[in-house]
Amino acid sequence: MSERKQRTPMVPFPSDAIIPERDLGTRPVLDARHLGVEFGGLKAVDDFNLIIGRTEIAGLIGPNGAGKTTIFNLITKVYSPTTGTILIDGKDTANMNTIQVNKAGIARTFQNIRLFGKMSVEDNVKIGLHNKMKYSMATGILRLPAYWKTEKLMHEKALELLSIFDMQDMAGAIAGSLPYGAQRRLEIVRALATGPKLLLLDEPAAGMNPAETSELMENILKIRDTFQIAVMLIEHDMHLVMGICEGIAVLNYGSIIAKGTPEQIQSNPAVIEAYLGKRKEGDA
Amino acid sequence: MSFLSNLINGISLGSVYAIIALGYTMVYGIAKMLNFAHGDVIMIGAYISFCVTQYMGLPAWVSVLAAMLVCTLLGITIESLAYKPLRNAPSLAVLITAIGMSYFLQNVALLIWGSNPKSFTSVIDADPIRLFDGQLIISDVALVTVAACILIMIGLTWFTGKTKMGRAMRAVSEDKGAAQLMGVNVNLTISVTFAIGSALAAIAGVLLCSAYPTLMPTTGSMPGIKAFTAAVFGGIGSIPGALLGGILLGIIEIFGKTYISTELGDAIVFAILILLLLVKPTGLLGKKVREKV
Repeated sequence: MSERKQRTPMVPFPSDAIIPERDLGTRPVLDARHLGVEFGGLKAVDDFNLIIGRTEIAGLIGPNGAGKTTIFNLITKVYSPTTGTILIDGKDTANMNTIQVNKAGIARTFQNIRLFGKMSVEDNVKIGLHNKMKYSMATGILRLPAYWKTEKLMHEKALELLSIFDMQDMAGAIAGSLPYGAQRRLEIVRALATGPKLLLLDEPAAGMNPAETSELMENILKIRDTFQIAVMLIEHDMHLVMGICEGIAVLNYGSIIAKGTPEQIQSNPAVIEAYLGKRKEGDA
Repeated sequence: MSFLSNLINGISLGSVYAIIALGYTMVYGIAKMLNFAHGDVIMIGAYISFCVTQYMGLPAWVSVLAAMLVCTLLGITIESLAYKPLRNAPSLAVLITAIGMSYFLQNVALLIWGSNPKSFTSVIDADPIRLFDGQLIISDVALVTVAACILIMIGLTWFTGKTKMGRAMRAVSEDKGAAQLMGVNVNLTISVTFAIGSALAAIAGVLLCSAYPTLMPTTGSMPGIKAFTAAVFGGIGSIPGALLGGILLGIIEIFGKTYISTELGDAIVFAILILLLLVKPTGLLGKKVREKV
């Protein structure tokens, strides 16, 4: 490994940071410190700290309304945090907008699918490629050679990305007409097309049957291994979370109540209490 | 033969409505707002063309390019000064701003060019085509107008369908937030939409005044409202809908004025719109939007 990659991060990791050993020598892809946001006096997220390694698969779990999607919205700058800092691959996002955060390497999917339903599958992926492939508007209007070349390249790249999920045959279909599972997969492909360093998946297995979920788990691992990127996912399906996540953070009422490996989380009393409620005195 | 001649006049007038309606429909589709100042951009375009030919003595085609350039800049300026700050405001606020902008432009024109009508010289200088031993005369302006409309339609369909910016426009029109999260510059996309709509308005203004040569500060308002009607008629947000709505509206107007009553021409147009909207509230080609509950 080169010396540059061995460089230690600028700020020392907090002692409770958990990242996979193979990512320890490299700069983390996400470093959120003391993150908080208030909506009209209500603290939706409070003192959220999380570090994600470059090739880590991280899970964010917690009861409904715990603030999980809010965390995604803070990372992608849909909301601006009231307190704290977010570093993406070492870059501070304080003065970035959503587009710049995307360019810095964050892409996401949505809890409720937000594809461009009237556009073709291929065009949806091409929107993801929007900033990767450039030609000026004049070139497009005049149909100069650069236009044809770039469009051909985009077409090939889109099909290549679709082939991850074996969806290249659906390229011409209208996105809104796809079956539910395929729409979820297309959303992941569209996000991948933006060339992220960290892929945020908001409940990727929602509405999937066990067979589809197993396939999704394999695919998330495949994406991580092929593209060498980090994945952070919000999910209620514990089979999926415990099966592929290396580090898990549990959120309740906007604060992290536990962090650790799947084994540590499963036996953590605070987590069990948040999910199942506190056992009353005297109950059997 | 007079039927054919009326039909051609209707299609020609309808083509102008269609070109204007494209501006309304694209801006509505992408920025989800009704730009009521669009009609007045037409008027400004016609005045610019008038000044370039009359006062500067330059050829007609230069005046059309100048009108397009000025209107494009005007469209971008209006959007960034008046509408952009209201991007997240309630739609009523934006609507009122657009109406205010419409009056503002009319009054600026009044200040610069006065209230006396100017006599616009047609930018097209060709001989009309005579068919059937001169019984059917198709004017040069009508021909150019229809040809321009067809070319613009083909160009726009291709632009929105096959180029990066066009794809970005469709994406923004469906889901602004998701497009932004995929790295699409929503503000730029909306600016480009206004630029295209305003350039088309300039072309429409020149063609309109070439056919009906009275030019004054209120010249744009009635065609603007009619074109808006055409956009709703065809299904607002739909590009083919704007073409269909525009042409149908032009034909209905000319036939209504010729065969029923000259005075009631406009009333007939709007009566038909009301009837159509009762039967098909989304317009001819508009898609039904199902709200999730």
